[in-house]
Amino acid sequence: MELFDLPLIWAFIIGFGIIMYVLMDGFDLGVGILFPFAPNEEARDTMMNSVAPVWDGNETWLVLGGAGLLAAFPMVYSIFLPALYIGVFLLLAGLIFRGVAFEFRFKARTSRYLWNWAFAGGSTVASFAQGAVVGAYIQGFETANGVYVGGALDWLTPFTVLTGLGMLAGYSLLGSTWLILKTEGYLQQWAYKITLPLLLAVLVVFGIIGVWTPFVDDMVRERWFSNLTIIWILPVLTLLCAIQIYRSVRDRKDGMPFVATMGLFITTYLGLVVSRWPYVVPPEYTLWEAASAYESQLFLLLGLLFVIPIVLAYTAWTYWVFRGKVRAGEGYH
Amino acid sequence: MELDPLILSRIQFAFVVSFHAIFPVFTIGLASYIAVLEGLAFKTENPVWVKLSAFWTKVFAVVFGMGVVSGIVMSFQFGTNWSNFAQASANFLGPMLSYEVVTAFFLEAAFLGVLLFGRDKVPAGIHLLAAIMVATGTFISSFWILSANSWMHTPAGTELREGVFYVTSWSEAIFNPSFPYRFSHMVLASFLTGGFVVAGVSAWYLLLGREVEANKKALSMCLWLLLFIAPTQAVVGDFHGLNTLEHQPVKVSAMEGNWETSRNVPLLLFAIPDQQNQQNLFEIGIPSLASFILTHEWDGEVPGLNEIAVDEQPPVAIVFWSFRVMVGIGLLMIAFAVTGLILRAGGRYWRTTWFLQGMRFMSVAPFIAVLAGWFVTEIGRAPWLVYGQMTQAQALTPSLTGGMALFTLIGYIVVYALVFSAGVYYLMRVLYVGLEDQDEDEHESDRPKRPFSAAHVPFEIDHNSDDTVGTAKPTRQGGH
Repeated sequence: MELFDLPLIWAFIIGFGIIMYVLMDGFDLGVGILFPFAPNEEARDTMMNSVAPVWDGNETWLVLGGAGLLAAFPMVYSIFLPALYIGVFLLLAGLIFRGVAFEFRFKARTSRYLWNWAFAGGSTVASFAQGAVVGAYIQGFETANGVYVGGALDWLTPFTVLTGLGMLAGYSLLGSTWLILKTEGYLQQWAYKITLPLLLAVLVVFGIIGVWTPFVDDMVRERWFSNLTIIWILPVLTLLCAIQIYRSVRDRKDGMPFVATMGLFITTYLGLVVSRWPYVVPPEYTLWEAASAYESQLFLLLGLLFVIPIVLAYTAWTYWVFRGKVRAGEGYH
Repeated sequence: MELDPLILSRIQFAFVVSFHAIFPVFTIGLASYIAVLEGLAFKTENPVWVKLSAFWTKVFAVVFGMGVVSGIVMSFQFGTNWSNFAQASANFLGPMLSYEVVTAFFLEAAFLGVLLFGRDKVPAGIHLLAAIMVATGTFISSFWILSANSWMHTPAGTELREGVFYVTSWSEAIFNPSFPYRFSHMVLASFLTGGFVVAGVSAWYLLLGREVEANKKALSMCLWLLLFIAPTQAVVGDFHGLNTLEHQPVKVSAMEGNWETSRNVPLLLFAIPDQQNQQNLFEIGIPSLASFILTHEWDGEVPGLNEIAVDEQPPVAIVFWSFRVMVGIGLLMIAFAVTGLILRAGGRYWRTTWFLQGMRFMSVAPFIAVLAGWFVTEIGRAPWLVYGQMTQAQALTPSLTGGMALFTLIGYIVVYALVFSAGVYYLMRVLYVGLEDQDEDEHESDRPKRPFSAAHVPFEIDHNSDDTVGTAKPTRQGGH
């Protein structure tokens, strides 16, 4: 009766959801990380207005990630979250502060600087926590009978601290290239100026992670140094994207730096996926072992095939409504 | 004392879900109201409607923002603290929550952006459509989440095999026995909340003589709405109670404070349930009325708590009293709605000071009633998490220690206390600013014109000045 390999299809859907989240919330988190370094308060207003209409929708992809994992791979959901208990709290606390800062900052007068810090601090903590989650996934989890049995802070290691920093650098780069796309004048010039140092930071941190990763786990090493040489195209593509970012910033192109940064993220992400495929709860469980019941996966899949294109369509439409440059003093507040 | 992760996780869940619930319960009602205002604005071109809509959309934005961020927390609670429950119920709850995200959350988020920021960027018709989509999203969201919640009270369409629930019938599981009642009860509660808040704020403006024309209209609209739905809610609530009696009799026993199964059970107006000795202290009741309400016969038999073991009973006192708070507020709501109708004679409803003062205070009542109602239904289910099938103790995350649970409990309390006080403060500021200055930039230049906002400035920390805040203000205004 099982006509399709549903867990496989679901792995693609969840994988798609995760990269959608990373790219979309990535740039608005990045804008938050860069917030304290902006030239002045007017620039901060513009920065915030450039993401204000869309951040809520972007963050919804994270909620979909949570709910989708529960539906399709409940074992991932019920092992990752207990294992990352403290980190998840920090992530959520960060998202709360930066989320309310959107509304509160524009209503504040003398306390506005507090919400600047809430926005920047929340974005930074949340980004770091997400990077640490990626690192923890590469490390693997201590489980027994499908249940997490490790300690509260097992996830926090030098390696995950490094992946956390990598995510901070990466999101900052997404944020700065987003600002190049969406702003003009001195703010855009500032964004151009910081993009190349950020790119350098990303390459350094990603490079160290790339060299370190094979030593964290035997399986990952085998994957990269066995005869599966085709996957080496991914780091090559990542480098090509980096070169493209450099050239387009040098030539003062508006849109290309952001597009190339998204490319850099996608190729790095695929590299991560092939490192661990098909394990979703390393080192024990594959995506087929972690899957929910066939009928549950099918029931949700049928709906999603219909609904997700509609979601993508109206999401694209809202980006189109708010297309073009954001100018100082625009925005509804 | 050993820290118990179970009780700490229960407190944490109760805290984060209660905190979250107060926002959507308001925004569901308010979203529909805004959609109606936008519709009227679109049809009649009367500027009053645009004014009202723009004002209430601002309020909506602040409240919705807090609802969104506290909602993100909810989508991870099952995994962090209740991972055994997540693992066991994922086959049903996973699709429910996922459908909620894709059919409701994206819809709300995308169109909210257009509603808030797009008035000048899209045609008026599209702006109206955005308002309708946001309102629609809130209903779709309640549908899925209340279905999931109802299933935990009256599980159906699933079977438990080796510790995991498998869905045998989606329609039976989604439309489980308590769902229609809970859904109707909750949607009406949302309308009551939206209605009483809008009415209360309008009443307050009328007391101050601000924007009388617009606020009179808003108050009148709300009073008509409340006149119909407040009594309807009482009827729906009664049906919901009868459904609970059928499926969760223990909860009803706790609501009524009824220890022994018996006939001619009185409706207790006051009592102090003493769970240790399985009896009530200081009972005051109306003879046989509980029997009549629950069975529609004066000598009907009402089940008592004695039918189950003491350690399988829910905490009776909190269920008993929460129920009375909810019903008491419900009756008060009906009284105010009817009074509003009476005062329409001679157009007194918007000029009668005591009535407007009363409406003003009633704006917080629905929130208390809603939380009390949720306490009744959720605590009344204890010790079960999935009624009759999985206990709270079985559902807990195995690796969770008391220390971890305490850390996040304190963390959430601190974070929410900060966010909530700031949210209420800025909401108050939006209310003080009112409907009058929609088009003006409110950041800097508006301070001197508004006596009310000046009264609240000292709340803020002034980092630029060593002077006391009160004396620093006038000099700094010149500097802008």
